[in-house]
Amino acid sequence: MKDKFTVLKSTAVPISAENIDTDQIIPARFLKATTREGFGDNLFRDWRYDLIPGPSPKEKGVETPNKEFVLNNPIYGGKILVAGKNFGCGSSREHAAWAIYDYGFRVVVSSFFADIFKNNALNNAVLPVVVSDVFLKNLLETIQKNPSTEITVDLMNQEISYGNESQKFEINAYKRECLINGYDDIDYLLSLNKEIREFDVAHS
Amino acid sequence: MSETKPKTIFEKIWDAHVVKHADGYPDALFIDRHFIHEVTSPQAFDGLKKRSLQVFNTKRTTATADHNVPTKDQHLPIKEALSRHQVETLRKNCKEFGIELYDLGHPYQGIVHIIGPELGLTLPGMTIVCGDSHTSTHGAFGNIAFGIGTSEVEQVLATQCILQYKPKTMKIEINGALGKGVVSKDIILYIISKISASGATGFFVEYAGDAIRNLSMEARMTICNMSIEMGARGGLIAPDETTFDYIKGRKFAPQGEAFDKSVSEWKKLVSDSGAEYDQVLKFDAADIAPMITYGTNPGMGMKVTDRIPTTEEMKEISEQTSFKKSLEYMGVEPGSRLLGKAIDYVFIGSCTNARIEDLRAVASMVKGKKKAENVEVWVVPGSKQVQEQARKEGLDKIFEAAGFELRDSGCSACLGMNEDKIPAGKYCISTSNRNFEGRQGPKSRTFLASPLSAAAAAITGKVTDVRDLIPDPSPKEKGEETVWAKK
Repeated sequence: MKDKFTVLKSTAVPISAENIDTDQIIPARFLKATTREGFGDNLFRDWRYDLIPGPSPKEKGVETPNKEFVLNNPIYGGKILVAGKNFGCGSSREHAAWAIYDYGFRVVVSSFFADIFKNNALNNAVLPVVVSDVFLKNLLETIQKNPSTEITVDLMNQEISYGNESQKFEINAYKRECLINGYDDIDYLLSLNKEIREFDVAHS
Repeated sequence: MSETKPKTIFEKIWDAHVVKHADGYPDALFIDRHFIHEVTSPQAFDGLKKRSLQVFNTKRTTATADHNVPTKDQHLPIKEALSRHQVETLRKNCKEFGIELYDLGHPYQGIVHIIGPELGLTLPGMTIVCGDSHTSTHGAFGNIAFGIGTSEVEQVLATQCILQYKPKTMKIEINGALGKGVVSKDIILYIISKISASGATGFFVEYAGDAIRNLSMEARMTICNMSIEMGARGGLIAPDETTFDYIKGRKFAPQGEAFDKSVSEWKKLVSDSGAEYDQVLKFDAADIAPMITYGTNPGMGMKVTDRIPTTEEMKEISEQTSFKKSLEYMGVEPGSRLLGKAIDYVFIGSCTNARIEDLRAVASMVKGKKKAENVEVWVVPGSKQVQEQARKEGLDKIFEAAGFELRDSGCSACLGMNEDKIPAGKYCISTSNRNFEGRQGPKSRTFLASPLSAAAAAITGKVTDVRDLIPDPSPKEKGEETVWAKK
C-alpha cells in the first residue's frame, strides 16, 4: 500500500533544463544503498554542489553548495517539480524516483517523459504530469517571476491549473486507479497466479 | 488466402506472451528470461521478504555482479565497504531464494548483457527483462528485451510477469555498404544524432536493411544496446543464419535435435510483408562516417570531421540554453571542430563494446604501436570469457606492448559507480553508451566513439579520424573481409 493521491495544491520548483537524465537526478556513485530510503540527500547532487577537484585524481575534492542551483535557493519550494522536456531519460535506476519522492516531491511536470522513468515514478506514488510545450514554458516563467505561485494538480479531474491557466492531462485509467487507491501492480499480478502458472508450464 | 492481419516480429512475440489482456488494464506479459545484478535488485528482494513471497520460477532468473565491482584484483575482498555490502547482499539473496549467481571469480561472470548472449541464455522469440536500461542489447537475437525499474524486478521475481502497455512500433532501415573505418557503433551514433535522444521514446524499434543483415551478432548487439539512447523501449533484429550460427553449441542453448527444432520455430520470427509500423525511417549506409559525440547526451553526435553546431542553429530558446550549458560543461566551443583535440583517457569497455570482436578490432589497430604519452588507456573485457579468449588469442600481449591496461571484467568506467572513474575536467574517448554530465565520474567529459576510433585516439593522443590510420586495401586484398569491415 502506497500513499494515495487525489488532489495536490503546492508551490513548485522550476528546472528549465531539457533532457535531464537519471544520472543527474541521482549519480551512480550514490546507488550503493540496499534500501529505498535516504536518496533525497543526493537528489541532483552534482548540480547542488560544486566540486573543487583534489590535487591528484586519487584525492577527493571538496564540495560546496552551488548557490545558483534552484534547490539551494530558499525562495523556491513545494511538492511539485517542473522540468524541461524529456525528463528522466537514460538509466532505468528507480533510485531516481526514490530520490525525488524522498526529497518531498509528489508531482513532476514536464512536456515529455522518458518511458522507464514514467513507470518508475508511477510505481512510487510520484505523478508525472505531461503538459504542452507552451503550457510548460509559461508555467516555468510564471514560477520564476513569482515563486509563491500555487499550482493545483487534480488527479480526479486530470487537470493541472494555476492562476487563470489550466490544462487537462492524460494518464491511463489503470495507473490513475492505482494512485488514487494506493495500489501496487504486484497486487494485480498476484491475483493472476493460476493463469501465470499454467502459462509457465505450457512454455517451458 | 489467410485473413489474418500481417504482423511485425515485435507483435508476434508480444502477442505470444500475453497471459492476460483486459480492457483498461496494461497487458500481463510473461517473462521468459530475467537477469539481475547487485545494484537494482536488493530492494526487490526486500519487497519479497516483506510480503513473504517466493521467487515464482528460479530457473528463469540469472544473477551476476557487474556494476559495482572493481576491475582490479577481483580475487580479493572488495575494499569499499558499501560496494562490498551490496555484492554480499546479492550473494545472500541468491542463496536464500535459490537463484544461480555468476559471482566475482566465476568463469561466467561479466556484464549482464554480455554474459546472457555468450551463455546461450538469450534466445530468439523470448521476452527478456533486467533492471538495467541496456537490456535492449539482447534484442539483437530477435526478442523483446527491455530495461525495468526495481519495483518491476520485484514483480517479475514474484510473478514472472510484468504489466506493460504495448508500445508503438518503429522500423529503422539501413541499406548500402559501410565505408572504410565505419562500424556498427557509428551506425547507431549516426541514427541517434539524426533523431535525437528522445526520437524513439514510446516506440519499440526493429532494425532492418542489408547494412544490418551484413553485421555480425556482436555488432548487432552494439546497435540494439543503444536503442534506449534515443528513448526507445527496446530494439530488435529479426534472427537469421548469423543468429543461429552464433547460438549453436552455447552452454544453455538448445542442443542437437532440440536446436534444429528451435531453429525452425525461430525462422518464423520475421515481420510479415505488409505488416504496419507506426513509423518507418530509412538511412543510407554510405552517408555514415566515423562518429563522435561532442555534448552531454548521445544525440549530440557528429561525423568526426564535422564542426559542432552553433547556438544559433538551435531552433528553440530552451534548446539553446541547454545546448550552451552542455558545451560549457564539455569545455568545447560552438562551431568548432573536435578533430585534433587532445584527450586524457581512452576507455574500451561496457555492454556496448566490450565483446571479443571489439577487443580484436582494437588490437588490429594498435598491433606493433604504442599509446600516446598523454593518455591512459583502459581495456575492460565485458566478461571473464571475453578476458580468457583475449588471452588465448594473445591480445593481452598486444595491449601490454601498446601500454594499454587490460583489466578484469565489469561495467567499469561506463557509469562512475565503482572505483574506475575519469577525473574531473579530463577528456575520455569512450566506447560506452552515455556522455551525460558526470557519467564517468564527477565533472568528467566523455566523447563517445567506436572501438576503432577509440584505438586510433589512444595512439595519437587526440581526437582522430580513424580512416587516416587505416591503409587502403592493396589490389590483391580487395574483396577480402578485413576485421574492421566486418565489425
